[in-house]
Amino acid sequence: MEHITSAAIHHDKNVGGGRKEIYRVTVILSVLTIIELALGYSLYYINNILTIHFIKGVIIILMLAKAFYIVAYFMHLKHELKNMIMTIVVPLLLFVWFIIAFITDGSSFNNLKNRYNGYYKEHMSQPMQKKEETNEEPKKKGTAD
Amino acid sequence: MATTTATTATKYWSGGRSPFNVEYGKLMMWYFLISDAFTFGAFLISYGTTRFATNGWPNPNHVFNAFPGIHGNLPLVFVSLMTFILILSSVTMVLAVHEGHNMNKSGVAKYLALTILGGLAFLGCQAWEWTHLYHEGAWWGRNPFPNGDGSTSTTNFSNFFFTITGFHGFHVFSGVIINIIMLIMTLKNKFEQRGHYLMIEKAGLYWHFVDLVWVFVFTCFYLI
Repeated sequence: MEHITSAAIHHDKNVGGGRKEIYRVTVILSVLTIIELALGYSLYYINNILTIHFIKGVIIILMLAKAFYIVAYFMHLKHELKNMIMTIVVPLLLFVWFIIAFITDGSSFNNLKNRYNGYYKEHMSQPMQKKEETNEEPKKKGTAD
Repeated sequence: MATTTATTATKYWSGGRSPFNVEYGKLMMWYFLISDAFTFGAFLISYGTTRFATNGWPNPNHVFNAFPGIHGNLPLVFVSLMTFILILSSVTMVLAVHEGHNMNKSGVAKYLALTILGGLAFLGCQAWEWTHLYHEGAWWGRNPFPNGDGSTSTTNFSNFFFTITGFHGFHVFSGVIINIIMLIMTLKNKFEQRGHYLMIEKAGLYWHFVDLVWVFVFTCFYLI
């Protein structure tokens, strides 16, 4: 406890697990990445929309876990003082509101377009044929849209 | 007296001590990274909003399925390679910071050099991927990939992909430049003269942030 509360800044530099902790976090990050990739790849074969949403939710949770390990251990935030952690983490809580507000707005906009804009709904549901052509002459199609 | 204050509540804000117990430059690096996090957050949230405001979206497994030198359908293989390169370069950066704590100059130089190599390898991979997608017909304003169900997609897919991965790639590029400067300063004994390697820590924070952003970009574009 003494070295953490000490007024000297240079003293507490080796707080944390050192090399062992670095290797442990490396393994955790690699395993999480492999699970993420396997789940992402499994979306290739799954057609049930509920299962797809569930898997995407799991991927997002794993992403947040990875972010936690990078910030906490690689960026050393977990070993800083609580004052310091709060000044970093609390402003980032704004993202909770950002994400909910904007995603809801986007989804509501799409509902309105589908309800009132007949052309949009019709056009978006047409099968897309461009891919075969563009494989032949990709560079000349620049102004197609 | 000192022990009683330490075991009960330490008064960080009553003066005489550093409330955050970090050096000024490191705190400012953290605050810069918060602002950068909001920049990337704004990009990714606008991507999410647009995606929620569109019927259907291209399936990344159908778009990102190529690997240099190998023909065939290999979904997500190349981006896995890129992800692991970046994670490993983050690990070598942590090790460089760790060696810096121990005042081991040659260790710092070695791990910094490895980190720079990892960064350059990642940039090379990204250059190849952009070239490949360009030849497939994707660029700002054009998108050859149909939605997952085969229906018509919008150009927003390519617009967001190139803008956000490009912005991230630019961060990787500046991170590599910063690391090269750190390596030169290490080799010129700058930090030995100062008596500490705190500068490596600040460069390390930036580099880890680049890795952190890739975790989000990678998930949002390649997996979901």
